[in-house]
Amino acid sequence: MKFAVVVFPGSNCDHDAYHAAKHVFGQECEFVWHKDTSLGGADVVILPGGFSYGDYLRTGAIARFSPIMTAVREFAEAGKPVIGICNGFQILMECGLLPGAMLRNRDVQFHCEHVNIRVEQTDTPFTRRAATGQVLRVPIAHGEGNFYAAPEVIAALEDQRRVIFRYVTPHGEVVDAANPNGSVHNIAGICNEGRNVVGLMPHPERAVELVTGSADGRVMFESVIQNGF
Amino acid sequence: MAFDTATLQRHGITPDEYARIVELVGRDPNLLELGLFSVMWSEHCSYKSSRVHLKTLPTEGARVVQGPGENAGAVDIGDGLAAVFKIESHNHPSFIEPYQGAATGVGGIIRDIFTMGARPIALLDSLRFGPVEQAANQRIVRGVVAGIGGYGNSIGIPTIGGEVMFDEAYSGNPLVNVFCLGLARHDAIVKGQASGIGNPVYYVGAKTGRDGIHGATMASAEFDDKSAEKRPAVQVGDPFMEKLLLEACLEVMKTDACVGVQDMGAAGLTCATSETGSRGGVGVEIDVQHVPQRETGMTPYEIMLSESQERMLLIVKKGREAEVEAIFEKWDLHAVRIGEVTADSMLRIRDHGTLVAEVPNRALTDEGPVYRRPFHPPADLAERQRMPQVDAAALPTASDALLRLLASPGIASKRWIYRQFDYMVRTNTIVMAGLGAAVVRVKGTSRALAMSLDGNGRYCQLDPRQGARLAVAESARNVACAGAQPIGATNCLNFGNPERPEIMWQFAEAVAGIGEACRALDTPITGGNVSLYNETEGRAILPTPVIGVVGVVEDAAGVRTRVFPEAGLDIVLLGENLGELGGSEYLKTILGAIAGQPPVLDLARERALQQFLVAETIVGAVRSAHDCSDGGFAVALVECCCDGGGIGADVVVPQAASDGGINREVATLFGESATRVIISVHPDATEGLLARAEAAGVAAARIGRTGGSQIRITINGQTPIDCRVAEAEARWATGFSQWMETQG
Repeated sequence: MKFAVVVFPGSNCDHDAYHAAKHVFGQECEFVWHKDTSLGGADVVILPGGFSYGDYLRTGAIARFSPIMTAVREFAEAGKPVIGICNGFQILMECGLLPGAMLRNRDVQFHCEHVNIRVEQTDTPFTRRAATGQVLRVPIAHGEGNFYAAPEVIAALEDQRRVIFRYVTPHGEVVDAANPNGSVHNIAGICNEGRNVVGLMPHPERAVELVTGSADGRVMFESVIQNGF
Repeated sequence: MAFDTATLQRHGITPDEYARIVELVGRDPNLLELGLFSVMWSEHCSYKSSRVHLKTLPTEGARVVQGPGENAGAVDIGDGLAAVFKIESHNHPSFIEPYQGAATGVGGIIRDIFTMGARPIALLDSLRFGPVEQAANQRIVRGVVAGIGGYGNSIGIPTIGGEVMFDEAYSGNPLVNVFCLGLARHDAIVKGQASGIGNPVYYVGAKTGRDGIHGATMASAEFDDKSAEKRPAVQVGDPFMEKLLLEACLEVMKTDACVGVQDMGAAGLTCATSETGSRGGVGVEIDVQHVPQRETGMTPYEIMLSESQERMLLIVKKGREAEVEAIFEKWDLHAVRIGEVTADSMLRIRDHGTLVAEVPNRALTDEGPVYRRPFHPPADLAERQRMPQVDAAALPTASDALLRLLASPGIASKRWIYRQFDYMVRTNTIVMAGLGAAVVRVKGTSRALAMSLDGNGRYCQLDPRQGARLAVAESARNVACAGAQPIGATNCLNFGNPERPEIMWQFAEAVAGIGEACRALDTPITGGNVSLYNETEGRAILPTPVIGVVGVVEDAAGVRTRVFPEAGLDIVLLGENLGELGGSEYLKTILGAIAGQPPVLDLARERALQQFLVAETIVGAVRSAHDCSDGGFAVALVECCCDGGGIGADVVVPQAASDGGINREVATLFGESATRVIISVHPDATEGLLARAEAAGVAAARIGRTGGSQIRITINGQTPIDCRVAEAEARWATGFSQWMETQG
């Protein structure tokens, strides 16, 4: 498989995504500069975390205008797998590929820590190898990860089984104490209607080697590599 | 004289210094030139009070690739790679404006590292605040922590560790010392030197504004009740701009189109132009009209003295300009040619072609005043070193004292702080924040680097030489506990007003102590920073030398943390307890006193212990390691159980060798003798380890087992400590955060 990691000015998890795809999973991987207009024949696109454009104005708000986003939209509309991680998720929401918006964490502090998320659906390219209800221990690192959408949008997401990950206890219970940022319905990640575009706040690319604290994020890479479109 | 006394005073220039300027320039300087000397000869930039002492530090060693004098030091870590690191203070700005003061401190040290051609991979912070129980100090803590996170998180360099202590003496003078480490190939290290007559001088980065004018001079004066009025002298940080600069500069430095790079930190453009010129033995000529400006109507004086952040100076090879400009354009940055390298060693500044300043570079950078300031010990030293009278009947029980110590903000978990820092970005962090020395792996090799910042103002207040020796030893010991061989050090020396002989004595003694310990432990000082005048209304901080030691682990898989990994392991105590309570956390927290003499330190024993630890970690005998420091053995043992999923410990320890001036039980549990480490060992490996310890001359004793849910310490048949891990851990987990979470 060939991965493309899109680099915006201010992206800072680009190297982590690249390292995971290229060195940990041995896949082809290329950085794609945001001013480029082609994804270079990639099979999977990663919009990495970071602070694109310094998060000035609003997280992800400026990056959506980058030239590469036209190609990303076409790629997504063709049903190919796109994943937005953290700031990448925010960019996907800003450009309309995913619904909702991020508020500041409810305690208005940046949070960096390992959290537990539960896999809600396995019919996306990034969760196929996971089991429904499987709990993954993965890091978060964000100040604005408090997922919000209007009640009818939330209802639609739930009805259409588009909530892919929820913050839970290590035993998989959805409780407020397991919610690090105040997200509605403990939502940590969602997908689009076509189920090929996934956004999540936690960082699976930081959890692919045990030496860095957890390898639970591997299943997401394995899913897309072994079941890629 | 061309200036009145008030003008000279405003520039922090004494009459004698003025006379020297006239001699060096050969005439009376104009106001701009006076301004150049003012910032370059400030304490902050010139080290005029500290230089004679700093010269005595050991700076050489087999692994030293770059010693002091450049933007950062560098040591060899094998495979042609070097660890490039340095620590710097941003104390004064952080008191005036905590968020921006701390943020720009982070930005400044990161620039020092990538200026050397190194990719920054880790940040650590050493912080000192007034008591966190007070709302005014909580506000400063909040601002500083948010500022460090705001900058480090955004630029994408993990903040992986550090240390925090609290004392009334820091209420008006918080300390913010920031350490950064980067990686570079030896042959790719870039220096801050100008060379090549006719080579163009480029300016790149943020535009120059009026912020930070005379910042270096501010950092060289005491505070008074008017300090808030100095707020315009604090710069404002833009981590996004710096991220672009970092990536673009590293990309430029991969080509060989650039001969020298220097960031604009303290003293801004003045420092960058004169230092690159004088290091290269050449002149630099610029025209300020080409300097990008954020505000209109800026004078050459303001442009030269501005400390606006995120600006770099590059000396580019003639003929390669387009290549360099194109790389910066890619990152939406505009590199602007502002001048060129000349042959005559002068710094020449023009404004629209008109010559407005002309002074020898070396006069600014190397020929400033050097002071041998008088020093003597404080009159009350003997009194300070006397242990207080203690009413034995009024002491709390051992168990009570332990819980109080665990909840004291200096000892308690700092999770509330480090949770706000992205300590994982770049996926190199293999020891998470809060678990011991910070450790990052070096991708592409089997190695890892461990680093630790340490300093103890209480010890230094009582005996600065001994306190400084202990700081070096502790920092190196922490690195050794992770399993790393200490290979180099940096220091940040925070003191009061050096014009007071008793402060200057603290400084001289501390530097002497650092030198002794660094020589003995073979950790040369490769650079650092001095912050003086940390006083508010005549009251100085505790003398606070902070030491950063870097160590290398050959096999990253062998790295250890402080936490007992499982039940059923033997607990082995390395080192001996002399029962020393002078300057201890017990004395401060339980009895409210900073008194007595700090622990003794036998450097030969310290070195033997550290070498033993590293060797035993390499052979896999050590499962966890944690040194005994603040709060002594009992606190260290609890810390081994915290974050470990509730695994307890049951130990029998020998009585301390003395009663420490209080009583034998307190001395045994809470004495702070140096050179002690608690390790856990698989029972099958214990005998061999103890035998090797004996052969190495390291005191070692098996004292108990991990397991159960209690922490039990037995001394002489009595068990003064017998508490649930959960209870101890809860105290430790909330002792600091309770103060930060209760307020809005």
